[in-house]
Amino acid sequence: MTKFFEFVGQVTLFGLHAAARVSRPPFEVRQIWIQLKEIGSRSCALVTASGFALGVVMTLHTRSTLVAFGAEAMIPRAQSLAFFVEIGPLVTGLLVAGRGGSGIGAVLANMRATEQIDAVEALSIDSFKFLVVPRIVACVVALPLLTMFMDFAGLIGGFCSEFALSHLSLQLYFRRAFADMQLSNFIPPTLKTAVFGFIIGTVSSFFGYTTNEGADGVGRAATNSVVVSSLLIILVDVVLVKCIFLVFPGNSI
Amino acid sequence: MSDEKSPAIVLDHVSKAFGTKPILRDLSFTVARGDALCVLGRSGSGKSVTLKLMIRLLRPDSGQIRIAGDNIAELEDERLSQVRHKIGFLFQNAALFDSFSLHDNLALPLRRLTTKSRQEIEEAVDGALNRVGLAADKSKMPAELSGGMKKRAGLARALVLEPDILLMDEPSSGLDRITASEIDDLLVDQKTRQRTTMVIVTHDVMGARRVGDRFAVIDQGRLLAFGTSDELDQHENAVVRRLLGES
Repeated sequence: MTKFFEFVGQVTLFGLHAAARVSRPPFEVRQIWIQLKEIGSRSCALVTASGFALGVVMTLHTRSTLVAFGAEAMIPRAQSLAFFVEIGPLVTGLLVAGRGGSGIGAVLANMRATEQIDAVEALSIDSFKFLVVPRIVACVVALPLLTMFMDFAGLIGGFCSEFALSHLSLQLYFRRAFADMQLSNFIPPTLKTAVFGFIIGTVSSFFGYTTNEGADGVGRAATNSVVVSSLLIILVDVVLVKCIFLVFPGNSI
Repeated sequence: MSDEKSPAIVLDHVSKAFGTKPILRDLSFTVARGDALCVLGRSGSGKSVTLKLMIRLLRPDSGQIRIAGDNIAELEDERLSQVRHKIGFLFQNAALFDSFSLHDNLALPLRRLTTKSRQEIEEAVDGALNRVGLAADKSKMPAELSGGMKKRAGLARALVLEPDILLMDEPSSGLDRITASEIDDLLVDQKTRQRTTMVIVTHDVMGARRVGDRFAVIDQGRLLAFGTSDELDQHENAVVRRLLGES
């Protein structure tokens, strides 16, 4: 138990340290751009494909129930609300934790094991600012953007499924999908993924940057990054959803 | 002669332990400006740790390490950065940045730490790579380089900022005799032309005798002997004579 709280304290300090350093020069724009490409654009295909597949599957599942109640017209609406409010943000967070988080953990742990982080320090470059802060910033920026890809890919997947079964037109599908959609159904849940990004960036960087187990530490850092980031995303999601409900009472599905 | 030179590096009663395991015990020696000190010793004797303490990649548990008069263990970040700026460090496995090309590995410190123009940076990178015979490979990634090429690239990166002090961890390990000899030539040239102070951790006694002005022998974290090669050849301790007697 003591170790658990020690770990929580260390990760929290690590994250706060990174947050405090973001606004101080040098701003590492080049490194942030490189990491955005690595974490953001390279996760895009995975997120979009997953969103599309989830959209198809979700429509298949909900269709039979809604048809039984004569509520077939509600399918697009249920689909859009489910994706924008919860499925999109959460699944994107978990996918990026798996792909980006493991990558960050493994790369930084490898850099530690092969003395590349020491080499950065030896060149009088602040390794934390150069390696950790850009990765966290990139995760914070990339997550909301990827979530939008996931949301719209889910809707397209839902439409394809619906079109195959009922030949519903694209225009009508999207009109129904966004009929009762409010900005509060879209903006707060999308922005909460910035918190997921901060968790992924901080936790993964922490495991990679602080390892001292040589080559063995690389695999362990990658695994721990995924497991702990995913767990924290799910737990923090509960708190964030409750907070969103408090601020926007009509946000629930 | 060297005794009259001002000290570039002073280790004063330095001790370091990892957990309960002592690595260095009360280590004291001085490296004069422009001198090359070769640090010899058996594997695990604390040579690499000594080198890392000199650039504060590690901190001593006790004692002082003064680089050009500054106690490096107690420097604030800004001053530490200024001091490190004057030091080039060659890691044992070169520690090139995997995600950067060879060119960018060398250009990074120039971009970050100097006010050189793009043209000047290109010239400095080309110059440093030329010296180590890698000018034609500058667009390659570290994974495309052989062990010897990596080592030479690491040396080029250590030299690119024209440091006053060069710290090297086994610059010729894993290299064939000809490449090792070329690196020794380069170090001798650097010492003669730029009067760069060097600390070289090495097992290559032949190379050390060519480059080194003085030798420190460390055994089990303690300084066993310190002096010129002639002085150490006559040393009473058998370990010292055996370490230097292979040539």
